[in-house]
Amino acid sequence: MKKCDFCSEPATVHITDLSHGKHQVLHLCGSCADKERATHLKPQLKVEQIVKGIIAAYAGQSTGEMAELACPYCGTRYAEFRAAGRLGCPADYEAFRAGILPLLERIHGSTEHKGKCPRRRANATGLPAELIRLRRDLRAAVEREEYEAAVRLRDLIRRKEAEHESR
Amino acid sequence: MNLDDLTRTSGEWLRGSGPESDIVISSRVRLARNLADFPFSGRASSDEKKEISQALRDGVKKTQATHGLNYVNVDELETLDRQFLVERQLISREHAGAEGSRGVAFPPEENVSLMINEEDHLRIQVMRSGLALEDAWGEASAIDDSLEERLNFAYHHQLGYLTACPTNVGTGLRASVMLHLPALVITKQIEKVFRALQKINLAVRGLYGEGSQASGDFYQISNQVTLGSSEMKILQNITTVVPQIIHYEREARTALVNESRQTLHDRVARSLGILRAAQSISSEETMHHLSNVRMGINLGLIDDLAILTINELFIHTQPAHLQKLQGSALDSQDRNIARATYLRSRLRNDSESHG
Repeated sequence: MKKCDFCSEPATVHITDLSHGKHQVLHLCGSCADKERATHLKPQLKVEQIVKGIIAAYAGQSTGEMAELACPYCGTRYAEFRAAGRLGCPADYEAFRAGILPLLERIHGSTEHKGKCPRRRANATGLPAELIRLRRDLRAAVEREEYEAAVRLRDLIRRKEAEHESR
Repeated sequence: MNLDDLTRTSGEWLRGSGPESDIVISSRVRLARNLADFPFSGRASSDEKKEISQALRDGVKKTQATHGLNYVNVDELETLDRQFLVERQLISREHAGAEGSRGVAFPPEENVSLMINEEDHLRIQVMRSGLALEDAWGEASAIDDSLEERLNFAYHHQLGYLTACPTNVGTGLRASVMLHLPALVITKQIEKVFRALQKINLAVRGLYGEGSQASGDFYQISNQVTLGSSEMKILQNITTVVPQIIHYEREARTALVNESRQTLHDRVARSLGILRAAQSISSEETMHHLSNVRMGINLGLIDDLAILTINELFIHTQPAHLQKLQGSALDSQDRNIARATYLRSRLRNDSESHG
């Protein structure tokens, strides 16, 4: 007789779990099987999967205008956000506003922050977002071997970074 | 710093001394913050990740509230050491398995951990023993305030602190308490607790054992909503419900004692006997028996062991800890033998030192 996978008592219950895309067999004794059933009832979905599910369902259609939408700063496409459940940069919240607001309403029941705020306000748009875009431009210039453009961008980034940090 | 030095210590939050600490193991507050001028870590290039790490590491070093914390480059660690930090709850599993420049800063007491380049650029985490969420929040917020004097965090006038995942936006706050609920599990009432908590938008998950098995009867309760409520409201939602769960667990324990003190005592004593005598023992079985013993100590059925010892054993008997104690890599069979040897030595020493 097989032994229980959890406690080495004789196994009397055999469970074949096919739910996670792979087949997994559990051999359990009576008391561990009870526990296993109890834990099976509790929410077991990975947060990741739940989030993706909600995002896919409520973050608007990926057809039409939204399908083409991309953040002008980090370049993340709305379709990528829908697929991965993660945003590319802080400016995405503005870039994808039309899709994100209904999603936030769904997840949090609200679209208005009511907690603490930084004493020194750093905006998600404006200068910091521009830095995100400039660094991306710099990478692209280096990849294209346009070194003069890259040097100009690097100097510009340094000036903007100093300006950003001195705020 | 040398992680090996940590193998013989444990985090302050494990000492089992805070309010309601017979049932509430620990309270934890986590704040997600991102630099405004970089893509989120998942989208950042490897150079950008280095810049993000550097900027945050400098910020942490120069800030009074976080000055003097040990900084560990997680990307330079061996797999075993990363796993070791996960077991101590200083970094997340995701952080351990991620790629590129990333790190963690923490003090010797291990009651604060600053994860850099996890899903968000910065995750400020504060832990306390027992039920002490507001205290943990106070420290997390103070660290946030002082870092913010040097760093520009992404903030939106309407949406609050901006995070890589929209489930964390707004306050960026995840508050959680870890509860030990063996009697609610034995009396099969734990499901009711789950359902009640879900109704008020709180998430519950088993602490150990990914997926199905919640070994050790530990459950973590946390807020799901981060936007639209103030931080205090979010904390209050948890701190008003936890005393009720504590009450139900205590009632269930009393009922178990009243129904059959002998059965319960037998169960607890057998568990301690196994832990003191086994020659080879799995992690799951260890958790199960430690949980019984922990409840036994709290009910006065065992009087020669300290709660702190048991709290520590939950962490120290995990795979990476055993391997670091042993000083070599062990396969699962050898780990079971090492675990049993370690348990015998710890449980024997403790009883001797208590006379």
